[in-house]
Amino acid sequence: MTEKQLSADRETLFAPQLNCGAAGGSCTAARTFVIATTNYNLDLLRLAVAFLLLTVYCLLVTIPALAQDDGPTDDEVNAVAKQLYCPVCENTPLDVCPTQACAQWRATIREKLEAGWTEQQIKDYFVEQYGERVLAQPSTRGLNILVWILPPLVFLVGALFLARYLRAVSARRPAPAKAATSEPAEDDLAAQLEKELAKRR
Amino acid sequence: MTLTLGLSALFLAFLCAIYATVAALIAGPRQATAWIESARNAAMLTWPLITLSAISIIVMLVQGQYEVEYVTHVSSRAMPWYLKVTALWGGQAGSLLFWSWLMSAFTSAAMFRRWDRDRSMMPYVIAATMITLGFFLSLSLFVENPFQRLWQNEITGEIGPALFQPANSTLFTPQDGSGLNPLLRHPGMIIHPPMLYLGFVSFIIPYAFAIAALVTGRTDDEWIRTTRRWTLVAWLFLSLGLILGGRWAYDVLGWGGYWGWDPVENAALLPWLTGTAFLHSVIIQEKRGMLKVWNMILIISTYSLVIMGTFLTRSGVLSSVHAFAQSAIGPLFFGFIGITLVTSMGLLFRRWDALKGETQLDSLLSREAAFLLNNLLFLGVAFATLWGTLFPIISELVTGQKITVGPPFYNQVNGPLLAAIVLLMGIAPLVAWRKASARSLGRLMWIPAALTGVALIAFYLLGARSPLALAAYGIAAFVGLTTLSEFARGTRARMRLGENPLAALANLTARNRRRYGGYTIHLGVVVMAFGVIGSNFFQMETQATLNRGETLTLGGFTMRFDSVTQFPTDDRREVTRATISVYDADGAQVGVLHPRRDFFLDSGQPMTIPGVRSTLGEDFYVLLVDWQPISSNSATFKIYVNPLINLVWLGGIIFILGTLVAAWPDADEEKRYVAAPASLATRSAGAD
Amino acid sequence: MTNETLPSPQAAVPEPTVSLQRRLGQIAAWAILFALLVMIAVQLYRRTLGQVSSGSAPGFTLTTFDGQEISLESLRGQVVVVNFWASWCKPCEKEAPELEAFYRAYKDRGVVVLGVDYVDTETEARAYLKKFGITYPNGPDLGTRISQSFRIKGVPETFVIDRNGQLVKTIIGETTQDKLAVIVEPLLK
Repeated sequence: MTEKQLSADRETLFAPQLNCGAAGGSCTAARTFVIATTNYNLDLLRLAVAFLLLTVYCLLVTIPALAQDDGPTDDEVNAVAKQLYCPVCENTPLDVCPTQACAQWRATIREKLEAGWTEQQIKDYFVEQYGERVLAQPSTRGLNILVWILPPLVFLVGALFLARYLRAVSARRPAPAKAATSEPAEDDLAAQLEKELAKRR
Repeated sequence: MTLTLGLSALFLAFLCAIYATVAALIAGPRQATAWIESARNAAMLTWPLITLSAISIIVMLVQGQYEVEYVTHVSSRAMPWYLKVTALWGGQAGSLLFWSWLMSAFTSAAMFRRWDRDRSMMPYVIAATMITLGFFLSLSLFVENPFQRLWQNEITGEIGPALFQPANSTLFTPQDGSGLNPLLRHPGMIIHPPMLYLGFVSFIIPYAFAIAALVTGRTDDEWIRTTRRWTLVAWLFLSLGLILGGRWAYDVLGWGGYWGWDPVENAALLPWLTGTAFLHSVIIQEKRGMLKVWNMILIISTYSLVIMGTFLTRSGVLSSVHAFAQSAIGPLFFGFIGITLVTSMGLLFRRWDALKGETQLDSLLSREAAFLLNNLLFLGVAFATLWGTLFPIISELVTGQKITVGPPFYNQVNGPLLAAIVLLMGIAPLVAWRKASARSLGRLMWIPAALTGVALIAFYLLGARSPLALAAYGIAAFVGLTTLSEFARGTRARMRLGENPLAALANLTARNRRRYGGYTIHLGVVVMAFGVIGSNFFQMETQATLNRGETLTLGGFTMRFDSVTQFPTDDRREVTRATISVYDADGAQVGVLHPRRDFFLDSGQPMTIPGVRSTLGEDFYVLLVDWQPISSNSATFKIYVNPLINLVWLGGIIFILGTLVAAWPDADEEKRYVAAPASLATRSAGAD
Repeated sequence: MTNETLPSPQAAVPEPTVSLQRRLGQIAAWAILFALLVMIAVQLYRRTLGQVSSGSAPGFTLTTFDGQEISLESLRGQVVVVNFWASWCKPCEKEAPELEAFYRAYKDRGVVVLGVDYVDTETEARAYLKKFGITYPNGPDLGTRISQSFRIKGVPETFVIDRNGQLVKTIIGETTQDKLAVIVEPLLK
């Protein structure tokens, strides 16, 4: 095969999938790159993989471009708003807050999403504008790390105390092992006896 | 006139409380019977007096005496009469009085009972309850007085509230009041605060008995036995209040959920958590004489959390959707909490050694150990919740930065702990007292475990794929099965005596109310757990703007926006009401819903009421978010599909029924109990 | 003192001295209780503090919507009127024309009006400023720092600061041109 024939064949092989169209520059560049670097001597499997990755890449580049024309959906706005609290109302999440001001903030989120901001960027923007309390989940910087650390810590400490207590209390005067299970009626009788004995000890 | 009567009655009740306290504390150590009886009578007198006071406020509300500031604040001409009555607890001043009324009801009832068995404790029970009642009455009299009237200054023209006529002013009667907060006009609001207050307030009785036991140095179980039923009743009301609060939030607050981990919700949950731990660990003290100190700690904590929760709600220290307006009661309340905590802790430390029991544990695999683990887990959840609620305060103090601790924190921290509690709830009833063998435990568990495996496969096939959800369902199923197996075992045992299954079950429950009532409560929790898992893990939501006739699909349902209309109502509301039709996956119509937005003209507040189609499987929940005001051609809807959510309410009903069974007075039990103290009385007769 | 406890085996033995461990535990418990009470007390106190009403006005730097940075210190020598507002605040709309008229009347006499936009969106804020033809500098209160330092409880609130940086008057709620004139005139002497 001549060089010209080879490259023509490559074009045919990749052409249908590499119709980048509106996606533009980056897609075309990728296409050129793949064609230029493909070596017919590689086995079919590696070819298929590269092929697949490129398809996916092109799809990823083209689809968001198409979606952005419609604007972010209410659900996308709410997904971000859910992670924020209304800066002005008392303890109300931003996605359910009914006030006019909250509607404005959701509109801001919509604007930013349309402009291509990521969720994290939008959250950072809200924190910069309105302070940390606008986040539903406190960040883990500085003092806030204590929120997360202390409950498991205290639980462990409690478990330790419990373990020590159980050991201390098991070490005293071990009583002879009693019957493992008993019917409900017997249980109460045994309990009654226990009560009487405890009082007379 | 009504106002004078009400105010005087309130003041007299306050004097009675003070007198009862002083008399009881002076006469107590001396056991001067006449004085103690007098104190007891004064304590019992508080309730009729406060009732008079409450009735006078209700009369003023219903009759519309708007010169009274509280009436103007919470009532209006347009409100129906039953809302005017419930407006008694619609504002800070009235709800404080309501609180005092409920508290005096309980303390008077406690005074009424026969006191032969615990005569020595009575003075201190009187003192503890009357000091608390006196404090709340003093708040009602001197800080947030519901009997204040509006006076207009003749010179400056300013209008302000005062109890007695200020110089140079005349009585001012507004034409109408502001009306009750729109959110409070729902049936749930009529019953949720009374239930919650009942729950809070009734914990004072076990607490007072515990304090009395500490003061008199009694280290036996007397105080627990006496108050066991009180504690269960308190816990019943608190549980009911919490469940109703969730239901009300779901129906009326318009955010598709029922628990938001809001600081005020947490404040009500905290005493419930320690109270549940307490309910379980007193069983150990009764059966084995263990954990006397620990039970003291638990009841003191429960009561302290009640007071602390009330303080946090009413003082404005925390930011919350539920919070009352800020008022001057904050500092006074704080002082009261300080005194309560310091006194209780001091008394406890003083009696620590006397309380130490001669306990011994035979095995780590025993019901005692299981109950202790139960306590550890409940207190773990309580600490995490308390920490999350208080942390914003700490952060603001230390860094100056205000932060919000929202549901993500609580879900992540409390989730695993609650799951562990539910799992323990299923295993512990199978573990015997003193020493259980792993073999017998295995024998009891293997059938439920096997059936759970089958259930998990079924859940998976039905569409639950998330491992977390499957684990949660598995735990709930397992616990449900083990609890049912306990019922089965007991019923089978009785059937051997010749009874038919139904009679066997009924008699079993009737003869062992605490145990089988408790198991019923556990079953209720399991059903609720299914509801919580379904609605938490599998909730779907979406929002869209629709033109008339357009449809929106979610979770197999399709809704069509038919129309939206706006109209005023008699009680001064502007209602915007949408009509939507709901179809299921096959296209059959399953309902017509009317989500609406009410705008209350007097207060300028909006309220969003969802349109909901409920089945056992799920709720289709629609909110009207926005609409085109002039053309009414398009509207924005937010819809939720909440799977299994009605199991939460169903489980709640089972839960409450179980508590009623467990709390029901047991004639046999009384007989058994009375027999024992007869012998005690002979020993301690000399002391009296 | 009557004691109704049943005699236990330990009654005969005199009570042992409290162990070190017990003592440490009790001290720890009291310390935690004390810390909790102090924390709540301080928070309660701060909640009852009203808006800043006297003394040296809290310093701040405002970055206006046009990108200009204005610090309070740099305005020493002039009378400064700091007004907190928001586009979603109805009473603010009532006082907006009054504030603008006041500014125009007094800006050549050494008075500066600064508008601090509390918890608002830039688009809405700019629309508001355009609607009322406001010419004095306005900027967002980033992170609500300025409003926290003045301890405002809502909007609108106006703070009048004299030539030496001392806070002279705190106005809660909407104000009018005449009211401001009455307050500011003596400060210009």
